[in-house]
Amino acid sequence: MSSVTLNNIVKRFGDFTAVHKTSLEIPEGDFVTLLGPSGCGKTTNLRMIAGLLDPTEGEILIGGRRVNDVPIHKRNLGIVFQNYALFPHKTVAENVAFGLKYRDVPKSEIAGKVQAALDLVQLPNVGDRYPKALSGGQQQRIALARAIVIEPDVLLLDEPLSALDANLREDMRVELKRIQDQIGVTTVFVTHDQSEALAMSDSIVVMSAGRVEQVGTPEDVYNTPASEFVANFLGASNILPARCTGRDAQAAHLDVPLFGDVPIPGDKTGGVQQGPAKLVLRAEKLLVLGEGADTTGLITAPATVETVDYQGQTVRYFVRVGDEQLQAINMIDVHPFAEGAAVSVGFRPRDCAALPG
Amino acid sequence: MSIEAREARQPWILLSPALAAVTLLLFVPLMFIVVYSFWLRTATGADQVGFYFDNWREALTDPFYRDILISTLRIAAITTVVCAVMGYPSAYFIARSRGNKAILLLLLMLPFWISYIIRTMSWINILGVSGAFNTALLAVGIIDEPIQMLYNEVTVILGLVHFLLPFMILNIYVSLDGIDTNLEDAANSLGATKWQSFIQVTLPLSLPGLAAGGLLCFVLGAGTYITPLVLGGPRDAMFANLVFEAIITQLNWPLGSALSLMLLAVLGVLVMIYNRYLGMAQLMKGLG
Repeated sequence: MSSVTLNNIVKRFGDFTAVHKTSLEIPEGDFVTLLGPSGCGKTTNLRMIAGLLDPTEGEILIGGRRVNDVPIHKRNLGIVFQNYALFPHKTVAENVAFGLKYRDVPKSEIAGKVQAALDLVQLPNVGDRYPKALSGGQQQRIALARAIVIEPDVLLLDEPLSALDANLREDMRVELKRIQDQIGVTTVFVTHDQSEALAMSDSIVVMSAGRVEQVGTPEDVYNTPASEFVANFLGASNILPARCTGRDAQAAHLDVPLFGDVPIPGDKTGGVQQGPAKLVLRAEKLLVLGEGADTTGLITAPATVETVDYQGQTVRYFVRVGDEQLQAINMIDVHPFAEGAAVSVGFRPRDCAALPG
Repeated sequence: MSIEAREARQPWILLSPALAAVTLLLFVPLMFIVVYSFWLRTATGADQVGFYFDNWREALTDPFYRDILISTLRIAAITTVVCAVMGYPSAYFIARSRGNKAILLLLLMLPFWISYIIRTMSWINILGVSGAFNTALLAVGIIDEPIQMLYNEVTVILGLVHFLLPFMILNIYVSLDGIDTNLEDAANSLGATKWQSFIQVTLPLSLPGLAAGGLLCFVLGAGTYITPLVLGGPRDAMFANLVFEAIITQLNWPLGSALSLMLLAVLGVLVMIYNRYLGMAQLMKGLG
């Protein structure tokens, strides 16, 4: 188990810069997710930590030791690839035992360790099968077993769940987190799926266009996005132009057209100063209200329902408020509102965050 | 006609041109050869129609034919091994190169645009008494007299390797190209060096291509008569040269038929062994 540190890492491919000066501290034993859309540099970072790519500039430290010049086979990392990368000509047990052959593990202990790893991923009886005889989810578990049996200093997961279908993906998410908790290995997880990132991580590194946008706990990045990109990438947000009229000890006051004064609680002001600003309002926090609804503590404005996107338990409305179209994701109370209905929308100021304009 | 019946007939309709060609151009002539091999060539030079085993007895018992068959198989085997050793690195290089793969494959195909006979004869201009190599050595003064380098078993193998190497490279390339590069990365991450991961992962996974290339090289090499004719000496005849000699020179069709069927049987057994263990699908991949 080791910490991982990136110091001013830059990676260029020819003229293209995939990763701009990135520094990152991944504490020992943490589960850290690199989250971002494709092409944001998250996989490039992972491959540099793995030793599959050399950084153009900067330093990588694993457990405090500089590893820039340490070849991949000496880094003692466990990697799980998106397509599993199991050796098709070897049995499951041979696959799992592969890394042990290159370590000073006595032959007599190999079988026991392989079995323990297979038990851990809850596939104790498939050792003598070939990978192609297993389902995608099972292959993924074997790939994980192969990566952790060598007791790696760091576990690197490159979109390991994206090739699985939706239900299996959610099961594997829980499973993966359970195994990581159990062995406590420092884990770097790469994904473009925000729900995976929110559910599994101790901290999330949101990346965009080769830069780190925000580092924080899942709650931090979800509730207090540091940029418009983060606000939109993690769930649906409404971003409204506003003006900061002043701040006091408790709040920053944003003047938002149609809604008026919105006091943003001190820890979510994003450091806005007097002048132009933006209001970030999550779609789940914008309530669509019928006539006579209780609006205590809410800031409201009249609105018209334009589109209704029914999802069973919840409904997603696109509502028109003045010139703005806003998104609201609400629980359904008996029936959703109809398209064209005259409603009002409201939100609590403490559910908002502010960004500099 | 029901839909099922029509669907059942469709493959046969689509296959019929190919089946007709194979039947008329391959199967029927082969049957002629089989029939010929039981005829008898008389002292007068006329063929006696009948059912005689004389040709077969001669072909199967005469040590002259047996020795040439063995040396033919030896030459084909050496050629195959040389092609494999020379071809693997080239195939690996092409499979792992980025971007210019298409150009490299085109270069690999380039020799096929020139007749195999011309390509074989080109060695006379390189290694012949007044060829490029001797001229250069004479000019530099390393030798005073041209060296006779041609017309021995080594030049036959050289010519065969020249002819067959692209087939080997292509087959190995196809199987290497199908191997997920993540597998090597995975092996490296588990502690294997580049060489160890090649031996443990890439090489075993590319064996089907190597075997397919090997089979092609061996069969084509063992069946050739042009290369030994052009680049071999009088003692370097291969088995196909005997067939050529019997049929074209001596006009002894019955004996030539028996000899050619013998070679066909030996190579056929090899192909069957290959098919039993590796399947023909791999070979088709390499050819396509």
